[in-house]
Amino acid sequence: MHPAASIIAFTVASGAGFGLIAALGLPAAWGAAPTGALFWWGFVVAFALAIGGLLASTLHLGHPERAVRAFSQWRTSWLSREGVLAVATLAVAGAYALSILGGLPVARILGPVAAVLSLVTVFATSMIYAQLRTVDRWHTPLTPVAFLGFALGSGVTIAAALHAATGEARLWPIAALVFTAIGWIARRRAWNAGDRRAPTSTPETATGLGHLGRVRLFEAPHTGPNYLLKEMGFVVARRHAEKLRILAAGVGGFVPMILDIVAWAGVAPALLLSLSAILLLAGLVVERWLFFAEARHAQMAFYDRSHT
Amino acid sequence: MTALPGKTDRTLGLVIDLDTCVGCHACVVSCKEWNTGGYGAPLADADAWGAEPVGAFLNRVHTFEVTPDSGAAMNVHFPKSCLHCADAPCVTVCPTGASYKRAEDGIVLVNETACIGCGLCAWACPYGAREQDPVEKVMKKCTLCVDRIYNDNIPEQDRIPACVRTCPAGARHFGDLSDPGSEVSRLVAERGGFDLMPEQGTSPVNKYLPPRAREPESIDLAALCDTDLAEPTGFFAWLDRALERL
Repeated sequence: MHPAASIIAFTVASGAGFGLIAALGLPAAWGAAPTGALFWWGFVVAFALAIGGLLASTLHLGHPERAVRAFSQWRTSWLSREGVLAVATLAVAGAYALSILGGLPVARILGPVAAVLSLVTVFATSMIYAQLRTVDRWHTPLTPVAFLGFALGSGVTIAAALHAATGEARLWPIAALVFTAIGWIARRRAWNAGDRRAPTSTPETATGLGHLGRVRLFEAPHTGPNYLLKEMGFVVARRHAEKLRILAAGVGGFVPMILDIVAWAGVAPALLLSLSAILLLAGLVVERWLFFAEARHAQMAFYDRSHT
Repeated sequence: MTALPGKTDRTLGLVIDLDTCVGCHACVVSCKEWNTGGYGAPLADADAWGAEPVGAFLNRVHTFEVTPDSGAAMNVHFPKSCLHCADAPCVTVCPTGASYKRAEDGIVLVNETACIGCGLCAWACPYGAREQDPVEKVMKKCTLCVDRIYNDNIPEQDRIPACVRTCPAGARHFGDLSDPGSEVSRLVAERGGFDLMPEQGTSPVNKYLPPRAREPESIDLAALCDTDLAEPTGFFAWLDRALERL
């Protein structure tokens, strides 16, 4: 699948933004809603990431001026649900922020509600991909697990950095580490499963001619490029993919988790946790690029020349 | 809107005979021509006369090579367009309601004024039946020539999809597949019509008829192409020698 920059930015940034909203919202349940500098930095960064990501997602639309129509089909469409949930989450999170400013007790309820809505939004984002039977690498429960792990991993790491910079990091670096680990374990398992899995659809099933013999494309229907091949025919060299996986998991997983531990031990926590968050997000950009670039779409079976 | 109708009154679709198709692409050209002037926005091309032309098509003809375990390989020409699936995943993923399946005849259509061009329907379709128009930036797909089949302004014999009307080999058939007595249903029953990618769970309406088994060659054609010519004699031998000397 074509790794569009706008979609990579959307999923990584909005995931981190909603993860941060969850990290700011849940503590309100036990009366630890963010205040002071943590409040301002937290909500500004969270809204910037979440809204920035959502705006980036409209860049790949053929008709962004009609984007408001995408809120209408939540009964069947995960993409529509994602849009509705994102707006609902931002509205509740905004109300939560205002209730903290106003010192209203309703913050204790609005915070956890915003946190839960954030996670449901990220789940809906992941289901846009996980629902597609046409893409074997995406059509697995590991897709929502990885998306939720990475959203919480990046959001909580940012929250940990902000806690460290404005007060005390306490157990936040450990929480960041745990969620980051969940994301990467799910991703590693999905990579392995995807490598092992035989394609659901083959040239034989695509043409229904498998009973006659091995099937391969002999002559393509068109001599130039087309939308289908540009959008779904993207292929990444296997050896490059393996290097990029190691790079992504190293920069976005291993190093940030080491930094989280060192920061938790009390060494320059604000600096190290900020670095951890930046590296994690950089690693996630590579991870998300691979998420698209490595995914093979079923319709490519109609273009498969490999069988002999 | 994007909820699929439980059942449709009729189930209009195509039956494509892979035994008869000669791969001439006439259906592709006819489809492109009709859909550039008919329903919806024109079916556009970008850079049509340039170095990298790219255009939207609703129907494309692949040619496959089928190699049996033993014996000669066979080429099969394979026209491919929207299959108007009963469980159309392209419809349910649509966030705007632009995609819909008609309850009256099962045709899957796109309301082009509501389409945001997100392309998720093209990702959801396992057949590559949806393409984004390079100029209009909305999703395009086979309409089963909805603007021909119900069109009282054209002669009755033309009220079938353009691809079916034009096929010089008679490889394309159009009709109601929910009616067991229809010509298309009888073809499917008699010839063993099948679904493409049944494992994708789309329940396609369009059916394909398999190529008939090839008869084994009764004479050895290769032996007839003996190029080992005998030496000329008589007049031709003299002419040959005379020309050689010149």
